This record gives sequence, structure tokens and C-alpha cells, in this order.
Amino acid sequence: MSLLRTPLYEAHRAAGARLVEFAGWEMPVQYEGILAEHAMVRERAGLFDVSHMGQVEVRGAEALARLQWITANDVSRLADGRAQYNLLMLPTGGIVDDVIIYRHSADRYLVCVNASNRTGDVAHMIEHRGAAEVVDRSDEFALLALQGPLAVDLMSDLAAADVTAVPTFAFVETEVAGAPCLLARTGYTGEDGWEVYCPANRAVEIWNAILERGASRGVGPVGLGARDTLRLEAALPLYGHELDRETSPFEARLGWVVRLDKGDFIAADALRRQKQEGPRRKLVGIDIGKGAVPRQDYPVLRGDRRVGMLTSGTRSPTLGKGIALGYVEPQSSPVGTELAVEIRGRAVPGRVVPLPFYRRSAS
Amino acid sequence: MEFPDDLKYSREHEWVLVEGSVATVGISAFAESQLGDVVFVELPAVGDSVSKDEAMGVVESVKAVSDVYSPISGTVLEVNDDLPESTELVNDDPYGDGWMVKIEMTDVTDLDDLMDAEEYQKFIAESEG
Repeated sequence: MSLLRTPLYEAHRAAGARLVEFAGWEMPVQYEGILAEHAMVRERAGLFDVSHMGQVEVRGAEALARLQWITANDVSRLADGRAQYNLLMLPTGGIVDDVIIYRHSADRYLVCVNASNRTGDVAHMIEHRGAAEVVDRSDEFALLALQGPLAVDLMSDLAAADVTAVPTFAFVETEVAGAPCLLARTGYTGEDGWEVYCPANRAVEIWNAILERGASRGVGPVGLGARDTLRLEAALPLYGHELDRETSPFEARLGWVVRLDKGDFIAADALRRQKQEGPRRKLVGIDIGKGAVPRQDYPVLRGDRRVGMLTSGTRSPTLGKGIALGYVEPQSSPVGTELAVEIRGRAVPGRVVPLPFYRRSAS
Repeated sequence: MEFPDDLKYSREHEWVLVEGSVATVGISAFAESQLGDVVFVELPAVGDSVSKDEAMGVVESVKAVSDVYSPISGTVLEVNDDLPESTELVNDDPYGDGWMVKIEMTDVTDLDDLMDAEEYQKFIAESEG
């Protein structure tokens, strides 16, 4: 089977993108370069095509109850027009996917899922849907993300609604460049900004409108390469790296997402047990300074003992040094613990540092 | 994309500038473009022996790790001390300030296996297709 393409494929090619395979899709990894694109998002703003992600609607009188059953967070805390980070769970307490849930109304929710998990997520949601309706609407949507300090200002020029009045993790349905969109103040970069859920057949005009308006302000397209360095600096987990079906939220620094007081749900017993027993391993941030680049699967050492493994790593463009996320034994997790990362047979010294590695300054 | 005529090229995408018995080696514009932004370079030490077609260093970009092979056998005379601090030189000036290693060759016939600029461009086109 050939790779899937988003509605923006030709636009990426025209912009000179290097395209690579990701989760069965042909996606731009970079345009002018990962470091330049990363800096552009931190300093100005950048536009991402993340249309490969999935959008699943859950509807009906039982929608809330069914979502409560299969997730860790308390979905009843959502009000109309609000969004929530959540985890789709297994009875074992393992994580099926990390998602954002948007509440349109008490009986209508939009769940945004990772591209790599879309089929599995939909199957899981259908298996547990009871009398609720579960509709995979991914093909109807394109998803663009405009992220960076200039994003709010830029979007006010393009959106009909007063976007400055939209708080973080809230959304409005409004026209963006004349097309009806769900405009959410959410993101995956550690910067302020927007995720724009738009009709797939309007994606190109919205993409072009944002880039045209942003060109004079130094705003351009950003690929998946910089998306990864940005989210890693912000210590945001990536499914398939920090999260998988064998990982407990308590290991992954996601204990705050688990609301055991919301009532019974699919993973409640397992999570209660995990919370009592304590995590077998802990996700930490590791700084190895300048030098070789830390990467997923590199071993973590303490003295001559292997105490863990990296799940993600990069040379941080903002900080100019090697940063990584990894799981280590609990005794080696306190901030300040001296560890080493094994890179090509050599133990490169580093230490556990507080997370996130980067936090944007208050505006 | 540039491939200077006065250089020779290896199948592993290194370039060689020959001046008598001394070979200056770096990676080609094709290699740096494939890698993306270079963030780390590991080079041999002055005095090290290097062998034809064996790895003598490493180049890392954000997304990739790549060995740098020596196209010839010999002894390392000089390494580019600017590189560790300024890895962007590999991307910005791969044939000039992005040079990596100068090697005293032990066998000039090693050069016979290398390609000229035209052959190298053909080689790239064939491996891309």
C-alpha cells in the first residue's frame, strides 16, 4: 500500500519540504532545516500540518459515561467549549493512547488521537461504546497548528471570533480565512498557539492564508523534525516513546491525569493497585551537556550498573545541549542524580534535571 | 547542489582534495543535505592511523547518526579544530571551512577507487532512483 497524503502534500512539495514516512503517511520532516524551524517557533511562530492525526466523535446520551469508562481523567470536569488532556486506558492500567478531548456539548465530544494509534483507538472506543455513537471523522478534517509567541496576534487577523478571549485549553467554532473551523488554544510545543481543525477541502486555502499573512512577520512552515525537538524541550510525552500499552501513567509523570475519585472505570482497579505499590520505574529528564546526541533506546548507567533506558533524546536547539527523557529505577530518579548515557559504547556523563527542560516566559 | 571538479568522491559521500601525498577529507553537499543540520562531529586524533573504507569518525544531525569513512589509508596530520564548536560549517561550507581531516596517504593508488565529480553525480542519481 502506498503512503497516505494529507490535503497539503502538494503545498509541502512546492515549499521544498523533505518528506518522510511517519505512521503510514508521507509527511514533511523539514523545510529549511530543523534548527531554523525550531527557533522560528520559539521566537516568532510556525505552522504545522498535523492532518495525519485522527478525529473521533463520541455522541449521544451515553457519550460522557462511555468516555469516563475508558479514560483516566475526569471528563465530567469539561464544560462546553473546553478541552482536556486524557489517556485511553486498558484494564491492566496500561495506556492505549494520549488524546485531547473537546466537549461540544454534554452529548457530543471530539477526541483527537495520534496518527499511529488511530485504528486501535477507534476499535477500543467502539468495543466499549455501549449505547453511544462512535464516529471516525478523521477524513473530514485537516489539522493545522500555529504555535509561537506571535500565534495569537496572527490568528486575530485571520479568525472571525475574538481569539484573544479564548483561554488555554478552550476552543471556539469560527471562520478562519473564511472557512468554518474548530479553533482550539492547545498545542504540543510549549508555546502559546492554536490547533485549527478545518474541513479537509479548505485546508490548502487556510494554510496559504496563514502563511501569506505571516510571511512579513517571519512565520513559516515547520516539519515533524522540529515538532519533536520542540515537544521534547517542553517534556511532552510522545506515544511510542514515553507511553505504550505496558506503561502506567504513574511511571510516566502522568499521575495528575488519573482521577480515581471520578467513579469506577476500566482501569480503576489496576491503577489503584499501581498507586499503592509505587512505580517500578520513573520517567526522568537527563541532561548530558554538549557532545554526542542522546537518543531513544540508549542505555542509562549509574556507575557500572544499567539502571534504565532513554525513550527520547536530542540536541536541544534552544539550550544547545543533549537532553533526554528516559525510564530509570526509582532510586536513581531524584533530581541531581549523576547518571551516564551509553553512546556508541562510551558512558557519557549526565544528571537528572527538573522538567520541563524549557518553559516559555510569562507574557 | 555543488560538486567541485577538483575533488574526488567516495561511494560513502566523502570528498578528497589531493595535494601531493596529503589528502583533505570532508563530506559532500549531498551527504550534508541528507543529514540535515549537523549538531555533533567526532573526528580521529592527530597521529591516528586510518584505513581505506573504514569508519574514522561520526557525524550527527538532529535526526541521524552517520559514520564518516576514510576513503584512503594513512595517518591523520590535522583535524579541523573549528568543527566541534561550529558544526554548522559542515552544512554551510562542506568543501571549505567544513573540512574534517588531513591525512598523509600511505598508498596513492587508494585514489583510483574514487570518482570524479561527473561520475559522483551519476552515482547519486542512480542510487536515488
